[in-house]
Amino acid sequence: MARIEFRNLAHSYHAGAPGARPYALQPMNQAWDDGGAYALLGPSGCGKTTLLNIISGLIHPSEGRVLFDGVDVTDLPTARRNIAQVFQFPVIYDTMTVFDNLAFPLRNRRTAAPELKRRVEQVAHMLELSADLGKRASGLSADAKQKISLGRGLVRSDVAAILFDEPLTVIDPHLKWTLRRKLKQIHQELKLTLIYVTHDQSEALTFADQVMVLCEGRVLQLGSPTELFEHPAHTFVGHFIGSPGMNLLPCTIDASGVRVDGHAIELEPAYAERARDARRAGGALVMGIRPEFVRYRRHAEAGFLPVEVTAVEDLGNYKIATARLGAQVVKMKLGEATSVASGPGWLSFPREWTRLYVDGAVLG
Amino acid sequence: MNKTHDNRAWLLVLPVVLLVAFNAVIPLMTVVNYSVQDVFDATHRTFVGADWYRDTLHNQRLHHALERQFVFSGLVLLIELPLGVAIALMMPKRGGWATSLTLVLIALPLLIPWNVIGTIWIVFLRPDIGLLGHFIDHTLGIHFDYPTVPIQAWVSVMLMEVWHWTSLVALLAYAGLRAIPDAYYQAAHIDGASPWAVFRYIQLPKMRGVLTIAILLRFMDSFLIYTEPFVLTGGGPGDSTTFLSIYLVKLAIGEFDVGRAGAFSIIYLLIVLAFSYVFYQVLQRVGTGEAK
Repeated sequence: MARIEFRNLAHSYHAGAPGARPYALQPMNQAWDDGGAYALLGPSGCGKTTLLNIISGLIHPSEGRVLFDGVDVTDLPTARRNIAQVFQFPVIYDTMTVFDNLAFPLRNRRTAAPELKRRVEQVAHMLELSADLGKRASGLSADAKQKISLGRGLVRSDVAAILFDEPLTVIDPHLKWTLRRKLKQIHQELKLTLIYVTHDQSEALTFADQVMVLCEGRVLQLGSPTELFEHPAHTFVGHFIGSPGMNLLPCTIDASGVRVDGHAIELEPAYAERARDARRAGGALVMGIRPEFVRYRRHAEAGFLPVEVTAVEDLGNYKIATARLGAQVVKMKLGEATSVASGPGWLSFPREWTRLYVDGAVLG
Repeated sequence: MNKTHDNRAWLLVLPVVLLVAFNAVIPLMTVVNYSVQDVFDATHRTFVGADWYRDTLHNQRLHHALERQFVFSGLVLLIELPLGVAIALMMPKRGGWATSLTLVLIALPLLIPWNVIGTIWIVFLRPDIGLLGHFIDHTLGIHFDYPTVPIQAWVSVMLMEVWHWTSLVALLAYAGLRAIPDAYYQAAHIDGASPWAVFRYIQLPKMRGVLTIAILLRFMDSFLIYTEPFVLTGGGPGDSTTFLSIYLVKLAIGEFDVGRAGAFSIIYLLIVLAFSYVFYQVLQRVGTGEAK
């Protein structure tokens, strides 16, 4: 178990002076709590696997240090870091039985036979693999193989953190849920630090206490799923998380307030004032609001803006309506009971859910 | 779905039928034809049934050639497989000019025709002007005269065979190694596996498929070896390097005993087929079979 810290950590796959080369991972400072469940979320190529491999020691970072419980492990090889890793594709030793697979890390560390047997059986029980212990591992299904990969990490009593690199990619959809629950359960039982890499937001949000969103090697936000949803720190986070993503409407600001395509938007006066200052300093201004928070009326009402509803998708327990506000497109996620039809309509943006972004970053 | 019947479809199969006929069926049937008749000349022949087969099965010279053949093929596999795998393990892992250069260098012996290899080695082995022959004879002080010393002729043929074909095993093994995803090495690293454990539990099992192919190819090819002993000593000294195919050619062309040679050919073919089948079955089972 360990608290993991990154100090000025950065990685580049290219040689060159610090700061002057293309970074796979931009310089960052982070500290992750012992026993937390963290997810690294981002599109392909955002640097999340690079970061994972730096933690496990498969990659040596080109700048900065990695600390486990305050001890610098940057130069330690993988085998001495007490890290377990589960990969995208199940890695099992084909010629061994399930028992031997689970025992392999212990045998390599010369664990005594009775202790080894006890640990393997305990882990097999936890992962519901007890019945398969005598079977050859190569004959099992993909989800059982992934459990073996995980088990090889869990058998070691000294494991500080378990890293998951998109571990559910090859698992059947109906088994993903069970396996994910298993992971949560093990996390609660063992209180290990878990780090989970994925590009699937629903996996990240259901699995982790804390989600770190990465894009092009930059950490955009670290926060709980609720924080990411309610307070996206960056337009990318707003757009990437949520289905559909946050409405991002380019806007202007003048003496009378914020305007989207000529329509005045009501905001807290102090917030609008800060936006005005930011705008004066230069930078593109965008207004963001989640489709869940947009309010809709069929008929005119004070404080609502006239729009043209162009499409309504009924998805069973909710509806997604697309509306035009001048030249801008606004998506709304409405309850199944809301009556909504194509044609003229009215909507408002509640000020507590409306955020302004300057050059992508939220105006706090 | 209704299937359309159109006999013109047979035309599509025709090229394959013709190819297989000229390539395999017709030559094989010619041999079968010889093996059941006593042929004097184009017009005089008598049907003898299984006589030639019975005769062949009791032929002492053939028995010796067969034993020699098994020892030879066995030794070839024992040397070439570990050597080829060892070479593959030492080859550069990532792409780049070093990998390309190594691959080309390793593949070179495979590009040389058999009889040229024989000629190269004859010169190489000559005690007076050959580099290796001279080295053994003068520098090491071992009397080297492969045309008259059976064991030396044997070792020479083995050397040629190993030099010529280890590359094939190495290339196959290299392909098998390169196909192992990095995650396996990373997982082994995390599990604290020793280099030997990585070889034993990851590399070797993952190379099973290509090594099966290597064993099959090398067994069959070495079982049919002809050119090397023919060029070197013509099967001598005495009968010491008279392997099956050398003996077969002596029978068929040297002694014009086409009946015996025909029966011998068929038995020879059956042996190769039987061994290939057994090898294949065994190796399939080794990997995928039941626990322990």
